[in-house]
Amino acid sequence: MSLKLAILGAGAVGGSVLDLAGDYGHEVVAFADSSSSVSDPAGLDAESVHARKERDGVVGDDDPHAVFDTDYDVLIEATPTTLGDAEPGFSHVERALADDRHVVLANKGPVAERYGDLRALEAESEGTVQFEAAVGGAIPVLSTISDLGPSHVTAARGVLNGTANFILSRMAAEGLDYEHVLAEAQDLGVAETDPSFDVDGIDAALKFVILANVLSDGDAEYRLDDADVEGIRNVPGSALDLAAEDGRTVRLIGEATSSGVRVAPRLVPQGSALSVTGTQNIVQLETTHAGQLNISGRGAGGPETATAVLSDVSRLE
Amino acid sequence: MSTQDVESESDAETDGSGELPQPHTIRLELVDEPGQLLSALQPIAENGGNLLSIFHERGNLTPRGHIPVEVDLECPPDRFDTIVDALRDAGINVIRAGAEHFGETVSLILVGDLVDTDLSHTLHSIEDGAEATVTDVSLSAPSGTQEPSSARLRLATRSGKTDEALTVVRDIAAEKDLHVVEPLTEGSA
Repeated sequence: MSLKLAILGAGAVGGSVLDLAGDYGHEVVAFADSSSSVSDPAGLDAESVHARKERDGVVGDDDPHAVFDTDYDVLIEATPTTLGDAEPGFSHVERALADDRHVVLANKGPVAERYGDLRALEAESEGTVQFEAAVGGAIPVLSTISDLGPSHVTAARGVLNGTANFILSRMAAEGLDYEHVLAEAQDLGVAETDPSFDVDGIDAALKFVILANVLSDGDAEYRLDDADVEGIRNVPGSALDLAAEDGRTVRLIGEATSSGVRVAPRLVPQGSALSVTGTQNIVQLETTHAGQLNISGRGAGGPETATAVLSDVSRLE
Repeated sequence: MSTQDVESESDAETDGSGELPQPHTIRLELVDEPGQLLSALQPIAENGGNLLSIFHERGNLTPRGHIPVEVDLECPPDRFDTIVDALRDAGINVIRAGAEHFGETVSLILVGDLVDTDLSHTLHSIEDGAEATVTDVSLSAPSGTQEPSSARLRLATRSGKTDEALTVVRDIAAEKDLHVVEPLTEGSA
């Protein structure tokens, strides 16, 4: 069945969903960036929307909130992640659920910071909320947990920030210091001009908070403030050298367990499942009856994350 | 022997009194001849001991020209004396048995101003507070005391007490404004 999508957020993820929706048999009827929107009940043409954004810096002539007045089935919330009250993303979700529409989130804020509020709104709506894209990009983490059943997964741990992992694995491979590799990562577009969200562990922590919320299945609610978070700024090249001498390396490892959420640089054996290199991500699930499951892949990027968004959309059919 | 073998063996039930197995450390001296290590380990297995680890100090000879070997094993309390007797009966030189019970080793890295915060004092505090033995230290201070330095420590801790030892290390590090890169002890990593 073809579903009609309304996309909020015209960044790499929102733009890629616009490009790829047709490939998954869906059509985009509305698309908004932070200042404008465009809609067409017959489906938007991705190329002309991108061209308009390129030329005029806007996607259309309407107000962004006009997307809520279109005839859509699923809201794709792909605006930037915000902390605390998770606004404006949370209000977007609230509005769509109030109108009994489905919501697919790529934005981590509402599920990391206001999970309980979100579930309460969902319970009163005909619509449902999916958020595979918020955790680990293309990696099917949440759908795997959903298939196993959250009560059969006792812990999740792994590497869920490609920027920090790129920096640590480059430092280890080249014997370079943090500042040097960070500059390289920024040149390559792997790290942002302000890398703090990634290198201070906040991005990884948000993802593990979401995992903790999913795993606790309503028994407890976690927010970023509940997580014990340490980034990679304090890991010098000499620490990686000493780790390598001992057959180990350092990775920014997140954990969501019954004792809470923790993100910190940790020693792991070289060549082990969790010592992924470059921007690769991995999640390791500890199951009650089936041992460990490792799922790895690309944890970020427009088309990769859009793939997770569109898989969520297909689950709603 | 791989770690997994050790885990599955230590999970295995032992016959005997039914009391929980306790970890023990035995220090042996072996003559530098083929087959010596194997004949030293046989009496342990035959008498209900589970081998946890064998630390073979390669290249390090005792004053008598023997090779020191440290064996960590686990066995029911009433079996330990039997194992030591069996070793001695087999002609193995048992130097020390059961004086300390360190069943697990763990590596970690300390980062910060290690020299000016008195690394020696840091190590002693860890040994006292964590009931652990620091068995290996490697220090790397590529820029002298100008930049943060790193030290890799290997700790021998009591069986099942590794998490408690790491908590102590974390507290001591926090007091001295040092960072700890802890090992991931859970899971296969």
